[in-house]
Amino acid sequence: MSQAAPAGPDDGALIRLNGITKTYGRGTAAFAALRGVDMRIDEGEFVAIMGPSGSGKSTVMNLLGCLDTPSGGSYQFRGVHVERLDRNQRALLRRHFLGFVFQGFNLLARTSALENVELPLLYRGEPASRRHAAAAQALASVGLTGWEHHSPAELSGGQQQRVAIARAIVTAPSVLLADEPTGNLDSKTSHEIMELIAALNRERGIAVLMVTHEPEMAGYAGRVIRFVDGRVASDQRNAPGPADGEDG
Amino acid sequence: MLWNTLLLALRSIRRNLLRSFLTILGVVIGVAAVITMVTLGNGATKAVSDQIASLGSNLLMVRPGQRFGPGSEDAAKFKAADAEAVRVQIAAIQAVAPVSNKNVTLVYQARNWSTMVTGSNNDYFLAGNWHLAAGRTFTEAEERAGKAVCVLGATVREKLFAGQNPVGSQIRVKQFACEVIGLLQSKGQSAMGSDQDDAVIMPLRTVQRRLTGSQDVGMLMVSVREGVSIDAAKEQLTLLLRERRKIAENEEDDFRVMDTRQIAETFTSTTRILTTLLGAVAAVSLLVGGIGIMNIMLVSVTERTREIGIRLAIGALEREVLMQFLIEAVVLSSLGGVIGIALAAAASMSLSGLMQVPYLFDPFINLASFLFSAAIGVIFGYFPARRAAQLDPIEALRHE
Repeated sequence: MSQAAPAGPDDGALIRLNGITKTYGRGTAAFAALRGVDMRIDEGEFVAIMGPSGSGKSTVMNLLGCLDTPSGGSYQFRGVHVERLDRNQRALLRRHFLGFVFQGFNLLARTSALENVELPLLYRGEPASRRHAAAAQALASVGLTGWEHHSPAELSGGQQQRVAIARAIVTAPSVLLADEPTGNLDSKTSHEIMELIAALNRERGIAVLMVTHEPEMAGYAGRVIRFVDGRVASDQRNAPGPADGEDG
Repeated sequence: MLWNTLLLALRSIRRNLLRSFLTILGVVIGVAAVITMVTLGNGATKAVSDQIASLGSNLLMVRPGQRFGPGSEDAAKFKAADAEAVRVQIAAIQAVAPVSNKNVTLVYQARNWSTMVTGSNNDYFLAGNWHLAAGRTFTEAEERAGKAVCVLGATVREKLFAGQNPVGSQIRVKQFACEVIGLLQSKGQSAMGSDQDDAVIMPLRTVQRRLTGSQDVGMLMVSVREGVSIDAAKEQLTLLLRERRKIAENEEDDFRVMDTRQIAETFTSTTRILTTLLGAVAAVSLLVGGIGIMNIMLVSVTERTREIGIRLAIGALEREVLMQFLIEAVVLSSLGGVIGIALAAAASMSLSGLMQVPYLFDPFINLASFLFSAAIGVIFGYFPARRAAQLDPIEALRHE
């Protein structure tokens, strides 16, 4: 497995954070959301990020997702210094290597599931026939065959999150960033979604970075990083969880 | 890439069909108004110039004063002798009709009708391209003696005689009885909207003696012989009239000789100015339509902030979001242009029928309006599009 012991520098680590700081505002109003974060994530890992609100876990997710830039320190994605990239370069990095799943699903309203899933491919300039095929396949892999032409309003919360996951994986990303993916779902649906994400991690080798405040959901991850006051407070590896092992 | 962006724009227009329609309504109305105004104006111009051209290219009109049309200038009026002199002394001229007008009320039995009586001679029928439907024109004796005889237009006959043959009947004109000797063929409405058949023609002397009480002649209608240069005839006419009116060499003419082309130009320049004015007013509404597009696009950007956040998060470039919104605006406004053109075609076709002017399709104004509407999309779409493209993805995703 890729949770193997860390090696030397540039040993093929997926993500490497060194002394990352993030400060909002200026002067006396300045607020330090991150106060020096070091972190290493390997290819194919499943990492849960936990912590009380205001601990900096959302901030670090935004940085990891290349949506934001750090105030200090370095962020290497496969050896590329993300903090040196401009807005458009970061957009291209997101387009080719990252997939996002949000708490609020964030699907386009009045747009069919298929069209929602096609969206990232549209920006990649894929031809229509390939887009349709890939989107239909992604929907099938999250168990939504037959729901392609329904709009988000016609789908349940769990189904909407499945569409969002299909949209995130349709480009075969290296990393899936999930920001409280079960936050808006009931317990049963939450477990279904987590099993889907765990399966994608296991079967496709997609690394998963997930922010959650539910220990139950963090149990699906192979590793749990806890944030307190803008710093990493603990970084533990889970024993293979019961939920992770039984279903498949 | 451009094709995909177009696809995105079309999708988002389709998703908000009603709002899209309301957005472009301003442009639709603006384009339709501009094209309809200009098309009808062109039709009216054409109708006027056709009408005047139908008078014949060999017609000259001579009026005292430098302005065309009824003027209050104090230039001396012409006399019947001027017309006589022109006819006798200039070989290039075929016919000269001195014209003097007076508004009167005509009475026949229990019916009466107010109209303008024209005093002239038989040359008037020639120069004005009139043909008789019944009866005869004036005899030389009638002209010379100023007999109470008249030739009626079709409208006057309709009003006084209700379709019966008027020839030989007596009508009352002011204090005297006048015998109807002829009836003119109908010419219909003129391009300026007046009824040409609402006419009564009497010998000049009759009108001068019994109606105006003066020897003045308001206008000379001159018909130039076939095959003679109009310009040469005009020059001779001008020389002769200057001499008769004793105008010194360094003085300006105190009369004006116009050929039909010039008369047509005078009228068409008026209609053209009106067309331009109406078109300009309509263009303002097009501009307002553009502002409407900007307004809705700005609302749309705010309303779709989350959508923009999603697009940015999944890797849309700033340029792509800009293009999406810009193309959306251009597609919307061009769509408005196309609908406006169709609407204008329908409106100007039916209105031109109603106004009795010809329908002239003007490809230039149609193309220009379309391009202008597309340009409105670019101009008024750019600002909202840039605002969308520069959104911070994190903020945008958090937007409710």
